[in-house]
Amino acid sequence: MSYAIEGRTGPWEIVVGLEVHAQAITKSKLFSGAPTAFGAEPNSQVSFVDAAFPGMLPVLNQEAVAQAVRTGLGLNAQINLVSRFDRKNYFYADLPSGYQISQYEHPIVGAGQIEIQLADGTTRQIGVTRLHLEQDAGKSLHDQHPTKSYIDLNRAGVPLMEIVSEPDIRSPEEAGAYVRKLRSILRYLGTCDGNMEEGSLRADVNVSVRKHGEPYRTRCEIKNVNSVRFVMLAIEAEAKRQIEVWEGGGTVEQETRLFDPNRGETRSMRSKEDAHDYRYFPDPDLLPVVLDEAWVAELKAALPELPDAKQARFIGDFGLSPYDAAVLVAERATADYYEAAAAGRDPKQAANWVTGDLFALLNRTGRTIEDSPVSAAALGALLGLIADNTISGKIAKQVFDIMAETGEGPAAIVEARGLRQVTDTSAIDAAVDAVLAANPDKVADYKAGKDKMFGFFVGQVMKAMAGKGNPGLVNAALKARIG
Amino acid sequence: MSLDPATVRRIARLARIRVEEAQLVPLGHELSGILNWIEQLNEVNIDGVEPLTGAANMALRLRPDVVSDGGDVEGVLANAPDRAGSFYAVPKVVE
Amino acid sequence: MVFDLTLAEARAGLRRRDFSSRELTSAFNGAIAALNPTLNAFITTTPELALQQADAADVALARGEHGPLTGIPLAIKDLFCTKGIRTTAGSRILDHFVPPYESTVSANLLRDGAVFLGKANLDEFAMGSSNITSAYGPVVSPWTRNGDNRPLVPGGSSGGSAAAVAARLALGATATDTGGSIRQPASFCGIVGIKPTYGRCSRWGIVAFASSLDQAGPVARTVEDCAIMLQSMSGFDAKDSTSADLPVPDFQAACKRGVKGLRIGVPREYRSDDMPPEIETMWQQGLAWLREQGAEIVDVTLPHTKYGLATYYIVAPAEASSNLARYDGVRFSSRTDGADLNELYENTRGAGFGPEVKRRIMIGTYVLSAGYYDAYYLRAQKIRALILKDFTDVFQTVDALVTPTAPSAAFAQGEKMDDPIKMYFNDVFTVPANMSGIPGISVPAGLDAQGLPLGLQVLGRPFDEETVFAVGAAIERAAGFTAVPGMRAGAGA
Ligand SMILES: [Mg+2]
Ligand SMILES: [Zn+2]
Repeated sequence: MSYAIEGRTGPWEIVVGLEVHAQAITKSKLFSGAPTAFGAEPNSQVSFVDAAFPGMLPVLNQEAVAQAVRTGLGLNAQINLVSRFDRKNYFYADLPSGYQISQYEHPIVGAGQIEIQLADGTTRQIGVTRLHLEQDAGKSLHDQHPTKSYIDLNRAGVPLMEIVSEPDIRSPEEAGAYVRKLRSILRYLGTCDGNMEEGSLRADVNVSVRKHGEPYRTRCEIKNVNSVRFVMLAIEAEAKRQIEVWEGGGTVEQETRLFDPNRGETRSMRSKEDAHDYRYFPDPDLLPVVLDEAWVAELKAALPELPDAKQARFIGDFGLSPYDAAVLVAERATADYYEAAAAGRDPKQAANWVTGDLFALLNRTGRTIEDSPVSAAALGALLGLIADNTISGKIAKQVFDIMAETGEGPAAIVEARGLRQVTDTSAIDAAVDAVLAANPDKVADYKAGKDKMFGFFVGQVMKAMAGKGNPGLVNAALKARIG
Repeated sequence: MSLDPATVRRIARLARIRVEEAQLVPLGHELSGILNWIEQLNEVNIDGVEPLTGAANMALRLRPDVVSDGGDVEGVLANAPDRAGSFYAVPKVVE
Repeated sequence: MVFDLTLAEARAGLRRRDFSSRELTSAFNGAIAALNPTLNAFITTTPELALQQADAADVALARGEHGPLTGIPLAIKDLFCTKGIRTTAGSRILDHFVPPYESTVSANLLRDGAVFLGKANLDEFAMGSSNITSAYGPVVSPWTRNGDNRPLVPGGSSGGSAAAVAARLALGATATDTGGSIRQPASFCGIVGIKPTYGRCSRWGIVAFASSLDQAGPVARTVEDCAIMLQSMSGFDAKDSTSADLPVPDFQAACKRGVKGLRIGVPREYRSDDMPPEIETMWQQGLAWLREQGAEIVDVTLPHTKYGLATYYIVAPAEASSNLARYDGVRFSSRTDGADLNELYENTRGAGFGPEVKRRIMIGTYVLSAGYYDAYYLRAQKIRALILKDFTDVFQTVDALVTPTAPSAAFAQGEKMDDPIKMYFNDVFTVPANMSGIPGISVPAGLDAQGLPLGLQVLGRPFDEETVFAVGAAIERAAGFTAVPGMRAGAGA
C-alpha cells in the first residue's frame, strides 16, 4: 500500500525530490590550494582565491573532477565528456566573490539512478537527474556577538558534488532510504565521507503534496537538513503543513524553508525572502572541462564493488537472505569484516554472528566495526572452533564475550579455561547414568510417553558437564539408554 | 524602450548599489539610451551560431590536488574594515 | 639627457655603466615630483622603494649579472596588484587596499630587474577611454593642441601609463586592454602600445574588469621597447586557467624582420563617413609606407566589425557586474556602514563606485537578469563568434591588418562627456581585437593639423605578435615620428 497522509478531504500523496550536497574528498579546495580539513582555526584554511581578493583566479582541482566522475559512474550515470562552470550571482556574507562557481547548464554528470530497498522488502528505482561540481560557501556565526555576525571562510571553496534526484520519492521512508543508499555508495566509492554532523553531506528537500493522479503542485525547498531522521521528519512536517494550507482554502507559496528539529516544524527563511535572480553565465575565468575518455575508463576500471553488486553476490554465493545481505553491505567496512570473518567458514553462520553478537557488542561498547574489540580474523577463528567441534555454539558465545573483554584469541581462551568440548563417550555415558539415576520419577514419566522430558535430560547432562559435552554425542548417549 | 523606475530600482537592488529615489528616472533614461543603442544587434542573423564563451580556445587545465595555500590568517584579514579575532565581522544577519 | 633615451638605449647605457640605475631612477623620481602635480599620471609614487630597487640593480650590474630589465624604471598601472603597495584600481572602494601578493606580470618584471616608480592612474576599474572616471582625478595629457592650452585627455583606461611614458616620467609602463585601453591612449599620447593575444600575459593579480577580454601589455616610446617589455611580461602561468602554455618568441628580433612579402589587409568596414579626413590620409600614408617596404596591400572585409562595440557593451558590463560583486565592504574594500548587511552593501557600493562603474554594473546586471539573458548576453556571445570568424577568415589570406587606432585624436576634458555612447565610440576600432582575442599594436604615425598624435593599429593572428611587431616597426621606421609633447621631463621650460 502506498504512503499517504490522511487530510480532512481525503488522502494526499507526497512528492519529494532531494538535492544532496556531498563534499568531495580532496586534500585541497575546488579552485585553490588551501586545505579542506574540518575543524581548523577560523580563516586559517583560506587562500586569497577563496576570499575572492582582487585579481585572484580559480584553477580546477583534478581530484575533485575525478571524484565527481567516480560518483557518476557509481550512480550508473552518464558522464559528460564536456562540461562547464557557470557563475551563480548573489550577495551573501559568506559568499566572498558575490557568486558561486557551479555547473548550471552543462553538469559533469547527467542522468543516473539509485535503487532503494524498503522495509517490506520491495525495491524502487529513484532517478538521479544530474550531479554537478560547485564551491561551498563560508560559514556565518550569528551567536557570537549581539549585533554582529562573524564570518569564517574555511569552508569557502570546498568542493561539493550536488546530486539532484528526480521528484520520484513518495514517502519519508523512501527519502530516508534514498539518503542512506546514496551515502553508502559515496562511502564505498571513497568520494565523500558521508559525515552529516560535520556537514559533509546535507540535503535540500523539495516537498509538495497532491491528490492521487493530479499534476504536481507548488513545492517548497527545505534547506540544509543534516540527518536522515530530520529529512524524514521534515518531509512529514512540511507535507502536513501544505495539506493544511490547501485544505484551508489557501495556496502554498514556493519558498525556501528551514526545518526546526526542536519544534518538529518547518519555517520560512527570512534571509532568502528576496526574489532571487541568479544571473547565471559561463565563468569567463574558466574554460570548458573536457574529459579524456580513456581517463574515465581508467577511473571506471578502478571502482570498487558497490553495495548492490555485493549484496547480489552475498545472496547468490553465500545463500544469505536479502535482508541479511542488505544489512551487511550497507557499510563497506561491515561487508569487508564479514567477508574476512566468513572466509572458509559457513557463510550463513558467519552472517548471524556478525549481525547478532558482533553488532550487539559494538552497540554495547559504542565502538565502530573499524575498531571492533573482536577482529574479523578472531571471529573467523572462533567460527573455525565451532566447525571442527572444538567447542559448541553455546560455549562459543561465552568465548566471544571473553574475547571482547580480554582481546585474547579464541583458541587460547578455550585451552586456558578448559572449554574444549567433551567427546569422550565414557565421560558422557557416566554423566548420563548419573542424571538418569538421580531422576527415576522423570524417567518413568518419559517412558509413559512424556516425550518432552528428553530435553530436560539433555539440559541436565550438559549442566553436569559444565556445558562442554558434545551435544550430538549427549543426544546419542541418552537415546541409547532410554530410547 | 525606457527603463521604468521600478526596473531601475530592482536592478540596483540586485547589484546592491544605493540609488537615490530622485536618480531613478534620470538613470533609467541613461541606461535606456545604452540599451536602445545595443538593439542594433537584433539585425544580426545568429541562426545556428555557437556562442563564443571566451577568447581562449582550449580545454581547461586541471591542477594536482596538493595543499599549497592557506595558513595566512593575518594576510587574509589585514585589509578587513571590521574583524573580530580571526573572523570578519558584519552587521548581524537574521536567517 | 636621460629622458630622451629609449628603454633599449637606457638599458645599453646601464650595461655600459654610462650611468647608474640610481642616477637614472633619481632623475625619473625628480621628474615625477615636478610634473605629476600637473599631469596626475600617478596615483601612488614609490620613490624610496624605486631607489632601493635601483641600488640592487646597480649591484647586479656591477657584477655583470643583469636581467633583461635590470635597473630600468617603469610605471605600473594601478590595476596590477603590487605586494605591500596600495593598489586602488582608480576606485574609492579600494582606497586602502594593500595587496599581500604581487601580480604575475609585475612579478615577472621584478624578476627581470625592473625598478617601479609608482602606480599609474587609470579610469576607475579600467572603465573608460579618457581617464576622467578615476576617483583620483583625471590624468592630463602632456600634449596640447597648437595654440590652445586647454587640458586634453590622455585616452584611457591606461591614461596614466601612457601620459607617464609620453611625458618621459618612465621608460615604459604596464597597461591593460579590455576594449582598447592600451592602444587608444598610446595613440592619443604619441607612443607605442601592444595588446598581446588573450592568454599571452597572465591575468593573475590584475584587478579584473571583464575576464574574457582583459589582457595586459606594455606601453613604451618605441616598438622595440614594447617588445623588450612584453618579452618579460609574457609567459605561461599555471595560476591563470586562461593562460596559454606556449613558448614566448623573441619579440625584439621580430621587430627587425621587415614586411617584404607580407600581405596586409585593409578592412573596408573601418572606413566611416564621420572619420576625420586626416585620419583617412594618415591611414593611406601608412599603407603606402608598407607597400614601399615590400608588403602587398589587399582589401578585405570584416562584415561584423560594426557590431563589435555594441557587443562589447553587453559582454564587458555583464562580466564586470559579476567581477565587481566582491567589492562589498567585508574583506578588503572600504566600507560605508548600514543598519543591516544589505544596507552595508548598498551604501558601500553606492559610495565606493563612481558613476561610470555603476552604470556598467547596472547594464551588466540587467542583460544577465532573468528573461534578458538570451536576448542580450547569449546573442552577444554568438555575434562574438561571428566577429572571430571574420578574423579567422581574413587571416587565411592576409598576415596582418592595418587600421587607424582611434576615430579621433585626443579631445579636451569635458568634450564627449555628455553622452556615454559618444565616449564608447573611442574604442570602435580597437574592440574587435578584444572580442576575438587577437593581438594589436598602436604605433604613432603622424600629427593632425592641431599638432596631436595619431596612431595606426596593426592586428595579427592569435599568438603571432611577431608579425604585429614586424609591421609596427616598419610603420615606425617610415613615420620617423619625433614629435614630443610640450609637457615632458627635460623639456627645460
Ligand atoms: Mg540547491
Ligand atoms: Zn548547490
